[in-house]
Amino acid sequence: MSLNIIVLAKQVPDTRNVGKDAMKADGTVNRAALPAIFNPEDLNALEQALKLKDLYPGSKVTLLTMGPARAAEIVREGLFRGADYGVVLSDRAFAGSDTLATSYALSAAIRKLGDFDLIIGGRQAIDGDTAQVGPQVAEKLGIPQITYAEDILSVDNGEVTVKRRLESGVETVKGKLPLVITVNGTADECRPRNAKAVQKYKYAAVPSEVANDEQKKEFIEKRPYLSIGEWSAADVDADLAQCGLSGSPTKVKSIQNVVFTAKEARKIENTEEELENLIIDLIANHTIG
Amino acid sequence: MADKNNLIVYCEYEDGKVSDVSLELLTKGRQLADNLGIKLEAVVAGDNLKDIEKQILPYGVDTIYKFEDSRLYPYTSLPHSSILINLFKEIEPRIAFMGATSIGRDLGPRVSSALHSGLTADCTSLEIGDYTDVKTGKEYKDLLYQIRPAFGGNIVATIVNPDCRPQMATVREGVMKKEEKDSNYKGEVKNMEVNKYTKPEDFVIEIIDRHVEKSKVNLKGSPIIVAGGYGVGSKENFDILQQLADTLGAEVGASRAAVDAGWADHDRQIGQTGVTVRPKLYIACGISGQIQHIAGMQDSALIISINSDPDAPINKIADYVITGKFEDVVPKLIKYYKKNSK
Repeated sequence: MSLNIIVLAKQVPDTRNVGKDAMKADGTVNRAALPAIFNPEDLNALEQALKLKDLYPGSKVTLLTMGPARAAEIVREGLFRGADYGVVLSDRAFAGSDTLATSYALSAAIRKLGDFDLIIGGRQAIDGDTAQVGPQVAEKLGIPQITYAEDILSVDNGEVTVKRRLESGVETVKGKLPLVITVNGTADECRPRNAKAVQKYKYAAVPSEVANDEQKKEFIEKRPYLSIGEWSAADVDADLAQCGLSGSPTKVKSIQNVVFTAKEARKIENTEEELENLIIDLIANHTIG
Repeated sequence: MADKNNLIVYCEYEDGKVSDVSLELLTKGRQLADNLGIKLEAVVAGDNLKDIEKQILPYGVDTIYKFEDSRLYPYTSLPHSSILINLFKEIEPRIAFMGATSIGRDLGPRVSSALHSGLTADCTSLEIGDYTDVKTGKEYKDLLYQIRPAFGGNIVATIVNPDCRPQMATVREGVMKKEEKDSNYKGEVKNMEVNKYTKPEDFVIEIIDRHVEKSKVNLKGSPIIVAGGYGVGSKENFDILQQLADTLGAEVGASRAAVDAGWADHDRQIGQTGVTVRPKLYIACGISGQIQHIAGMQDSALIISINSDPDAPINKIADYVITGKFEDVVPKLIKYYKKNSK
């Protein structure tokens, strides 16, 4: 039995460690200073797909991402780690998409990719933390979803068994293919790059990355496996009214930078005496004890 | 029969108890419904729902839609989604809330996709206000402002859904306050026919095993929290924090960076993507104070920051700042607490 698996991934700014160097003088975030990374939970999702490919040889793992052409970087990263093919869904018409417009565009691209058994994505992306796109893609495709997956245990007789990690405990569920699975950060980490795959896919690119380089263009044309798909809204027959800003029911009314009002802090020296006095004060005012 | 354009809250429950997050949303919902002059409604779907209204009505709920069927518990996505989608088509709520839990975050997106209504996840504040579309100049009265941090908590965005209904939002547990309105509040209970709202093929996902683990960590209820950040440096160093917590009768919390590093469990995470806490005393050890963390603890009554960096951002909101290595400071605090506490 071989499986056709689509992995949904997103390239995101690394918001986890916004250090002082990423803050501008006015206290706002300098987004340009943040590195663009493979969304962490999407890497957990990729690992689940690659694990299934190991279990069921002949399975195919296709990475699908929406973003600018630069997002080809994470497709290459996926190829280096064991994916077979990738597509970047890229069009100005997708700009300003909320989660609903994003899932509409992704579901159109999935329909174009054709038959699939499983769609696996990270639970959520670190730039928005919404966890909405997975279930919305499932709804758009009219198939069930299993969210908060920690381990895809097996696929048997057209049924997949999944262990879910919830805040209240652990649940093992079984569902019929095809379906959408979203994977938690508590799942296994993604395997590292494979040296052979890095050699093989080093020059993989989307057409627009090599548009001005005849030599590279020709090199890729001779080696079809190096060609990463680059699809526009028209390529996936997307209804423009459902894309980007016009397809997004939610609108951003305003954005504020977070500024906390500073308090007057009391400085305690790291000395035996000052620390003991602090403890005595805290006990005296019933904060502790 | 349908009562239209009200505010509805999807109520979760486990072990016969409506969850705190749902009651918190009912409290907020009652307040907003009063602002708008509309009714507050609740929907609950599950098994053994006898007398569940006794827990719900005191929050000022005017109508409860009750869906009772053994197949509706434990929760699975499709039947609960179908219930909400079909109920919402019928009663056309103006606003719908659910908890930002593994259930609400599974259910909400599916429902919003089917109804093409906007959904904003993990709101930290909900208000009513007006909105003018910049492009069309069209004015909208009394929209729901869905306010949430974004970009790792570095910005706060106010989101609106001008044209689509219901205006949907999820909120994490502990963010809103829970307060009964009237223990004798009179509301109507509507027992709904489950098969009218679901299809047999909705029950395709089978739960074959379920372990409910009562969380051992009770951050929200703890009056004292000792929290560690990336500066703690290792899993072993978290043991030093645990010793202080044990001494003071406190819980150990952690920043996202420390959890991501694998030094502390997920259920100890404090901040925008973790738990929101308001303890009497918060001792932050090696926490730099990223906004996403501060958002979850800034309302603590007293904050002590222990950090080797005198300019750590968290020091700005702290009441006491101790500049030094936490592994050097914490044992001294333990020593002097033991010495002085008797």
